[in-house]
Amino acid sequence: MLKVEKLYKNFGKTEVLKGVDLTIESGEIVVVVGASGGGKTTLLRSINYLEKCSSGSICINGAYLLKDGVYASKEEMKEIRRDIGLVFQGFNLFPHKSVLENLIEAPIRVLKQSPEEARNKAMEILSFLELSDKANCYPYELSGGQKQRVAIGRALAMKPKLMCFDEPTSALDPALTGEVAKLIKSLSGEGMAMLIITHDMEFAKMVADRIVSMNQGIIVEEHIYEHVQA
Amino acid sequence: MIGSLREILAYAQTMMPQMMEGLKVTLQVFALTLVLSVPLGVVVALCRLSKIKALNKVMEIYILVMRGTPLLLQIIFIFFGLPIVGISIDRMPSAILAFTLNYGAYFAEIFRAGIGSIDEGQYEGAEVLGLSKVDTFFRIIMPQAFKRVLPPVANEVITLVKDTALVYAVGFDDLLKIGKAATNRDATLMPLVLVAVIYLLLILVLSKVLAYVEKKFDYYK
Repeated sequence: MLKVEKLYKNFGKTEVLKGVDLTIESGEIVVVVGASGGGKTTLLRSINYLEKCSSGSICINGAYLLKDGVYASKEEMKEIRRDIGLVFQGFNLFPHKSVLENLIEAPIRVLKQSPEEARNKAMEILSFLELSDKANCYPYELSGGQKQRVAIGRALAMKPKLMCFDEPTSALDPALTGEVAKLIKSLSGEGMAMLIITHDMEFAKMVADRIVSMNQGIIVEEHIYEHVQA
Repeated sequence: MIGSLREILAYAQTMMPQMMEGLKVTLQVFALTLVLSVPLGVVVALCRLSKIKALNKVMEIYILVMRGTPLLLQIIFIFFGLPIVGISIDRMPSAILAFTLNYGAYFAEIFRAGIGSIDEGQYEGAEVLGLSKVDTFFRIIMPQAFKRVLPPVANEVITLVKDTALVYAVGFDDLLKIGKAATNRDATLMPLVLVAVIYLLLILVLSKVLAYVEKKFDYYK
């Protein structure tokens, strides 16, 4: 599903990614852990093309976003990026739009769904996320956990094949960590690949199929966790 | 006492038709300037925020000139100065041109700050969803920037009402000019008091409208 090979990235003279290799299969949950400054977030942002890399390859669902240091054309890029969803650490919800409007904006504008179709699908997603009653609320009226679920819903509405989470537990009440883990697992059950960046080891163990550890710009360790769904 | 009050009211009544004529000029300049300078401000702000260096520099100079010289001079230069280089513009259009160029510069700086104050995360949020640059600007950034610039824009709008009096320089009889003329003619301050009351009422109404618009955008934080 996702294949990252020998990815290099530098900010000026500082090399942040020094040849990262990472593969994620469909339906697999991979958690990247490691100390801050190790390049985790940069890796995630690079996969989402929010950062440009100097060399290496990023292949998503068989299409190369980046191949041996050369990026795909603008048109191809649009198609490829459509397969990736990202839940930001700070959620980046649109504050002037209601929960429902946050979810239907891109499906209408980008996928050209009709407003009714987008609305129906969004309401399905909201009900799955147990947010049906918040459809007409604005982000400022929601708790951190609710905002996160809206952010997940907004990404889900685009039907991504790979979902990325940047520090999903950082803005949450520790008591909610288990809930998020459960939610993420139920999504992967539908075949979605998951890439999660965190420094919360407890959470990582709870959710991961595979944990990789990143330090100083390279993947240093891999662990495989067998899980018994609670 | 009551007698003099009655006298004052009677005088005010005789003044009213002239005052209304002046008010018409004032409102005309105000409305036209507002309608033209806000879009100009948006365009200039976008140019200032663009990555094209030359465009940036040109707009910087434009803003420097417009904010760095008195509006009164700009009005005079456009009406009396441009004919010297062969460009003649009628009185009203040249007054509107001067006001629009001047206010456009101020609005541009307000809009630039407003657009610049929107968090980078909003752009990235829109980008990963695949929204186009145009959609991102008009549907995500602009509505939020609009809310933030409302208070400083309200300030400019109110200042504009009073600045319109500068059109006297190209021979218009606006509200203030008529009041001044009547004061000289009738040797009483009454006309100017009337002018003050009219300005005040005008700005009271405007303030209410602007406050209403601001409240309309209170639905989110």
